[in-house]
Amino acid sequence: MSAPVITVEHGVVGYDGRPVLRDVSLTVTAGEVAAVLGANGSGKSTLIRAVLGLVPLSAGSITLFDRPLRQFRQWQRIGYVPQRLGAGGGVPATVREVVASGRLARRGVLRPPGRADRAAVDAALRAVGLADRAADPVSTLSGGQQQRTLIARALAGQPELLILDEPTAGVDAASQEAFAGALRHFVADGGTVLLVAHELGPLRPVISRAVVVHQGGICHDGAVPDPAGHHAEPDHDHVHPHGPDEPAGLWSN
Amino acid sequence: MELFQYPYMQRALIGALVIGLAAPALGIYLVQRRLALIGDGVGHVALTGVGAGLLLNRSPVLVAVIVATIGAIAIELVRARGRTSGDLALALLFYGGIAGGVLLVGLSDATSSNLNAYLFGSLTTIQVGDLITIAVLGAAILVTMIALRPALFAVCHDEEYARVSGLPVRTLNLLIAVTTAITVTIAMRAVGVLLISALMVVPVATAQQVTRGFRSTMTAAMALGFFAAGSGVWVAATADTPPGASVVLLAIASFLVVAVAGGVWRALRRRATPAAAPAPEPHEVVLG
Repeated sequence: MSAPVITVEHGVVGYDGRPVLRDVSLTVTAGEVAAVLGANGSGKSTLIRAVLGLVPLSAGSITLFDRPLRQFRQWQRIGYVPQRLGAGGGVPATVREVVASGRLARRGVLRPPGRADRAAVDAALRAVGLADRAADPVSTLSGGQQQRTLIARALAGQPELLILDEPTAGVDAASQEAFAGALRHFVADGGTVLLVAHELGPLRPVISRAVVVHQGGICHDGAVPDPAGHHAEPDHDHVHPHGPDEPAGLWSN
Repeated sequence: MELFQYPYMQRALIGALVIGLAAPALGIYLVQRRLALIGDGVGHVALTGVGAGLLLNRSPVLVAVIVATIGAIAIELVRARGRTSGDLALALLFYGGIAGGVLLVGLSDATSSNLNAYLFGSLTTIQVGDLITIAVLGAAILVTMIALRPALFAVCHDEEYARVSGLPVRTLNLLIAVTTAITVTIAMRAVGVLLISALMVVPVATAQQVTRGFRSTMTAAMALGFFAAGSGVWVAATADTPPGASVVLLAIASFLVVAVAGGVWRALRRRATPAAAPAPEPHEVVLG
């Protein structure tokens, strides 16, 4: 059996006293591609935010690469892809500048970027098919291209574990295919993936394990479930809104 | 130009140029994290330091650095907590700062012209000692903001991602807060606490209308700040206007020029390359 990369034991998370995750236990081992599935509000995003230490556990424990989360310092082993980038103050940034942030975990605060950093950024941009947009401001990109920029940022750090929060939500088909390709390469090179998804789309063949979260608990862990109901129809187009406050693009104001 | 033969004018010019270069180098990070007016708030707090300095017969600038740093750290701690009451806490800090300053200046032997020098700047009264302080601290601000640009950019662009990258997010945020306090206090002598935010923010706002990346915006904003400071002091010397206000008005004028020129250029380009007409949709039903 491969080494465990993520271990959550009896994890409980609550916001303002309201439990969002109740007694969740989950182990992801090296080489797995695990998808956390569930409806909006099921607690699936909270689960990965807790794994990253962005929300505190009120009970239970989390271990990353055999280290308790509290003592974990090797952040260069993890690449995080958020759902979207927080609203910035409007100062422009090029695609390359955003992707280059992905090198900081490896390089640290004080060391200036070197040749290896530039090569890794180039490789990450190529992996998501954005090499020709490197000098463009991210705000001029489509939503899908912006999402690919965030994935390139995570890949630039050459992580062993990718954690992605709804990487394909609201992303055009071409970007979804580009993303699935980048993920396949990452896994073929021995990487481990934990991703949150609303639906899998073109990612489905890459996923080795599905974890379904329902009302703060895990209700299924194993094979990827077949789509049910009208979701199963071959030409089903998933178009319902994901939330009232969802902006059109990552950087749109 | 003869005026610049006088040492006091040379000191005014050098001081203004250093601040014109350093203020936007910090300001770009403040704009990026939507804290464009934080310099104004820290300026208010610094005024209490000025009052305390005048009352205690200590260097007002030095006491202001200390008080403004404490105020900036307090503001950062309130911000990091992210509570809605932070808005009110900031208001209390700002107005407490300015009222405290006015009260302390009133208690001291200083005249209202002393207070005016800090409210609106007094470039031409800069002494050699002041200039050395401005130059050393200005250089320190520039080096820090440029050397740490990748990390500071990451923190200001996406704080959660920076935390998951293992960056010392809290330390970097405090560094920005302390640098804001230092910039405010050295710029206080040039443009005054009431106009400081303008030099931090306006050159960035001007630059980002035409730039494509963060680095180019920073470079252009520093160049614009430098230009506004230099030409502002020159205008003040030749037309006998208050230097601080002249510098800020020139910075705002360049913003307007770039905004109008950019708008005209975009309109012309749109006319030169008209958008392709959408292809007509095929008829759904062809009537035979």
